[in-house]
Amino acid sequence: MGDFPILTAMLVVPLIGAIACLFLDAKPARMVALLATLIDLALGIVLWANFDIGGAQWQFTERANLFAGFEYALGIDGIALMLIMLSVFLMPICIGASWEAITKRVGEYMCAFLVMETLMIGVFAAQDIFLFYIFFEAGLIPMYLIIGVWGGQNRIYAAYKFFLYTLLGSVLMLIAMLWMVNFANGETSIPVLMETNFPAEAQTWLWLAFFASFAVKMPMWPVHTWLPDAHVQAPTAGSVILAGVLLKLGGYGFIRFSLPMFPDASADFGWLVWGLSMVAVVVTSLIALVQHDMKKLIAYSSVAHMAIVTVGLFAFNVQGLEGAMMVMLGHGLVSGALFLCVGVIYDRLHTREIDRYGGLSINMPAYAVLFMLFTMASVGLPGTSNFVGEFLSLAGIYQANSWVAFICTTGIILGAAYMLYLYRRICFGEQKNADAAAMPDLSVREWLLLGPIAAAVLWMGVYPESFLAPMRSDIQILDARLAAAAPEGDAHLEIGEGASAQEEHHEGEAH
Amino acid sequence: MNSILIIVFAPLVAAIVAGLGGRWIGHTAAKAITTGGLFLAAGLSWPIFLSFIAGTGEAGVTPVLTWVHSGALTFDWALRVDTLTAIMLVVITSVSALVHLYSWGYMEEDPDQSRFFAYLSLFTFAMLMLVTADNLVQMFFGWEGVGLASYLLIGFWYKKPSANAAAIKAFVVNRVGDLGFMLGIFGTFLVFQTTSIDAILEAAPAMQGSTITFMGARWDTMTILCLLLFVGAMGKSAQLGLHTWLPDAMEGPTPVSALIHAATMVTAGVFMVCRLSPMFETAPDALVVVTVIGAATCFFAATIGTTQWDIKRVIAYSTCSQLGYMFFAAGVGAYGAAMFHLFTHAFFKALLFLGAGSVIHAMHHEQDMRYYGGLRKEIPITFWAMMFGTLAITGVGVYHLGAGFAGFWSKDGILEVAYAAAGEYSTLAFWLGTFAALLTSFYSWRLMFLTFWGKPRWIESEHIQHSVHKTPEEAGADTTGGYHPHESPWTMLVPLGVLSVGAIASGQVFHHAFLESAEFWNGAIAYNEHLMHEMHLVPMWVKYSAFTVMVIGLLGAIYAYLIKPSVPKATAEQLGPVYRFIYRKWMFDELYNYVFVKPAFWLGRILWKKGDEGTIDRFGPNGVAWVVERGAVFAKKVQSGYLTSYALIMLLGLVAAITWVLF
Repeated sequence: MGDFPILTAMLVVPLIGAIACLFLDAKPARMVALLATLIDLALGIVLWANFDIGGAQWQFTERANLFAGFEYALGIDGIALMLIMLSVFLMPICIGASWEAITKRVGEYMCAFLVMETLMIGVFAAQDIFLFYIFFEAGLIPMYLIIGVWGGQNRIYAAYKFFLYTLLGSVLMLIAMLWMVNFANGETSIPVLMETNFPAEAQTWLWLAFFASFAVKMPMWPVHTWLPDAHVQAPTAGSVILAGVLLKLGGYGFIRFSLPMFPDASADFGWLVWGLSMVAVVVTSLIALVQHDMKKLIAYSSVAHMAIVTVGLFAFNVQGLEGAMMVMLGHGLVSGALFLCVGVIYDRLHTREIDRYGGLSINMPAYAVLFMLFTMASVGLPGTSNFVGEFLSLAGIYQANSWVAFICTTGIILGAAYMLYLYRRICFGEQKNADAAAMPDLSVREWLLLGPIAAAVLWMGVYPESFLAPMRSDIQILDARLAAAAPEGDAHLEIGEGASAQEEHHEGEAH
Repeated sequence: MNSILIIVFAPLVAAIVAGLGGRWIGHTAAKAITTGGLFLAAGLSWPIFLSFIAGTGEAGVTPVLTWVHSGALTFDWALRVDTLTAIMLVVITSVSALVHLYSWGYMEEDPDQSRFFAYLSLFTFAMLMLVTADNLVQMFFGWEGVGLASYLLIGFWYKKPSANAAAIKAFVVNRVGDLGFMLGIFGTFLVFQTTSIDAILEAAPAMQGSTITFMGARWDTMTILCLLLFVGAMGKSAQLGLHTWLPDAMEGPTPVSALIHAATMVTAGVFMVCRLSPMFETAPDALVVVTVIGAATCFFAATIGTTQWDIKRVIAYSTCSQLGYMFFAAGVGAYGAAMFHLFTHAFFKALLFLGAGSVIHAMHHEQDMRYYGGLRKEIPITFWAMMFGTLAITGVGVYHLGAGFAGFWSKDGILEVAYAAAGEYSTLAFWLGTFAALLTSFYSWRLMFLTFWGKPRWIESEHIQHSVHKTPEEAGADTTGGYHPHESPWTMLVPLGVLSVGAIASGQVFHHAFLESAEFWNGAIAYNEHLMHEMHLVPMWVKYSAFTVMVIGLLGAIYAYLIKPSVPKATAEQLGPVYRFIYRKWMFDELYNYVFVKPAFWLGRILWKKGDEGTIDRFGPNGVAWVVERGAVFAKKVQSGYLTSYALIMLLGLVAAITWVLF
């Protein structure tokens, strides 16, 4: 790779595109945005190809001193790499999804998306805690604008709710960060802080402060109610990026900050996370069952899936952590694809009301096939991306607590119920609505959006090793860091007398 | 050895080509590719099976691809072949190939044929992945894969609301079982630190007697693991409690019922228990549960079978009941007998379903047996095929002649072994099984008599009325309505013929290998030599008990449906509530609807409206907004601009501050 600052390049390319878009008309703005995101995707592939699996923990590091102790420090490990890949993969798709749907203020819209791409990559690549904070919080602004300006009927309420919720948590996080840096004698480097042992008492408060922010971003029950509104009001691409990447910021925060920096507090608060996650799986799945609005249904299902991430993270073992990461990646693809599927038919009929559709298998067979694939991926069918993650996550939590595992695994039943019920109402049955029956099948553009995701979903399901391998050593390091604090599982296996005694019994029976 | 790769993946490739390319290559090409792929797979499977019969087959595992490596939890894609797999291979590929062929005729007029064939092949691939699994997770992959295919095929006619409802029901109820399966895998991994089936089976005996906590209670380790896995088996194999999806699954096209809901997929649970038999052997309590559930299912489903009118539902309940036999055979430790019944049942039950399909085809899609009658002469080949199927399922055969149809060997074997096992639960299973055999004989002959004997009652069927454009009044004395049932095309008759051979001979030919040969099994299942020996020593009345009840059932059916057709109605009226209870399938659907389905939707609405919107939003963001708004109104009032009020507030503040500092 030489010394080419590839991470900076990945931050700068969309930024330049963003500035250019502000001054361009609709058509060239679209082209510029697509080009910028594709270049970033290409850079991402180069990044992945050059990532040394099993090599140094932090790679592609860059460092430059800024003013007053602030540092411009970038660098990634395998976990960040995978999330960056998810972001750069979904971005061109988002631009493509907005190609025809967005007609007003196109330049500004594309600008907002490109800025968001910079910020998302920045979050995952930042190695300085304040740099992280800036990227993390600034990401709110373009999303706020995307919902508030290009959203649906009730967009102002949704945007405000989104902002209020997410801001509330982040103030506490900033205070905690200041305290930590102060404690570490001005050290702002995330890799160093990850190895700093904070006093147990302080950990409790720091953990709670970070939790406030990450739980909202995740989102965890009961601070999830901004999500359905935000999704419903956001334009399709906004929903894709919101579900695909922004929801992963919370999980990334847990895995980057809460767990390695406050392992004792994480263990102490494990029950809280478990409890909220169990409630989330059951409650939001049941709520998803009764939705009439397609986007709301998928939004609620996201909350349930994210709960599988949190139980995986707080299972304190390798399977849980890797599973959580895989759910994040898988859900990023699948929920993104599901929102695109909603977008495809929303663009044609301009309603999210499930009952206005029906029998689409007849007039949109290709769409029905892809929608079926993503539905099955969403319910965690083996062979698709989500299965690997959910399976590992749940296998992880089972080792910690079988009750939690049981409750969370009921999600596979409820998930199947609400997703198949949704699919049935949209694609199966008679064509009861003439306008829905007249809708044309997927266009080439829509194929180009959904096709790559479908391929990635299957790839991740059949050969997840590609995605697990880069993260393996990082997860092991984290697991080792957590080992001392990890709570004992509830299984308490006690080995009995074994077969020797039984064999005698059998022999006695045989003769 | 690597023919296994072709066997497993040819159906997948065919499914992809036919499914995704069906629109371009056309129906005929899609059908030819899928059917050809399956005949190829079947052609390669039989030599493997026969090599195991001959004792020359070697068990082995063909690795395919890395799957998941996460810490100690690793599992890969691999294809395992041993005796147990070889049996399943021939069952799956043979029945599937024949069902493919049959569907050329049965689905001839369907505009979505290529999709249908693609689903059939996809199903076959998933089922093959299930039976060749080397670890529990790949088995789960196949498990869910066949569930998907089943869902797609039950709902194949997706315009029908009933088909859609049945498809969802099948998937969701199966998922209840899968919950148990998944927890079982998690628990197994926790205990053994592996999901490799070989490693688990090897380590299982050492775990005997150990204890573990699961969901707050203390359990015998092997018992709870086996029970959790068995819940999965119950779901897939439609055992009592999780059976409700199977009868509804008859909404799918009949070839699907034959392949998935009779011969292969529903037997996956039995296969799983047999595959893990050394593990189940270490958990006697779990085996008791398997025995009791199996026996109860075999009895309960048979009772319902005697009351249903839909020809496919009768056979569906019959399947449910026969699966019960297989389970209690496994439960008493006779895994070989369970697998033998699975093997023979696959042939004769597929035959019965395909025969029923041929009848339905001839009767213009009418499925209600009340509107059949007298079809023996009209569709003689179908009649004879159904006849062989019936002779097989009712277990016609004579012990002293050493000759009988397939079911005679396998079902009688199960009853004998249940008696020979001589435990209290296995004896219970023997009696329930024997009574169920009586009912089996009765409902099977009832089906035959209603369909093929008696006077035609065709004109009362709406389907026939549509066909001949007549009402029953217009038809008058001619109860055929002038309708002429046609025998099915050769593509449908050839599979019937081949399966008839299986129904007649598969028991006779293979009973020695399955029931008496430890060499044949070669460690693929826990083979209890002692029990299989005991089985031959049971008293003569036990050996003839199945024969006796078969004759009683036959005579009962002759009396009630040929000699005195008024009997059934009178009996039903006499029994009153008991009859209605059985007719309405022991009220399971109603019960589940009230206990699970309705409350789920009700809870969902409450949690949404009262929880999310009424509580969290109200006191959360909206509450904050309200406070801010009120605060602003208040602040506006305070900022009155009057100097005196500012002075007053300052004074009050000063007083408060001093008070706080001083005291």
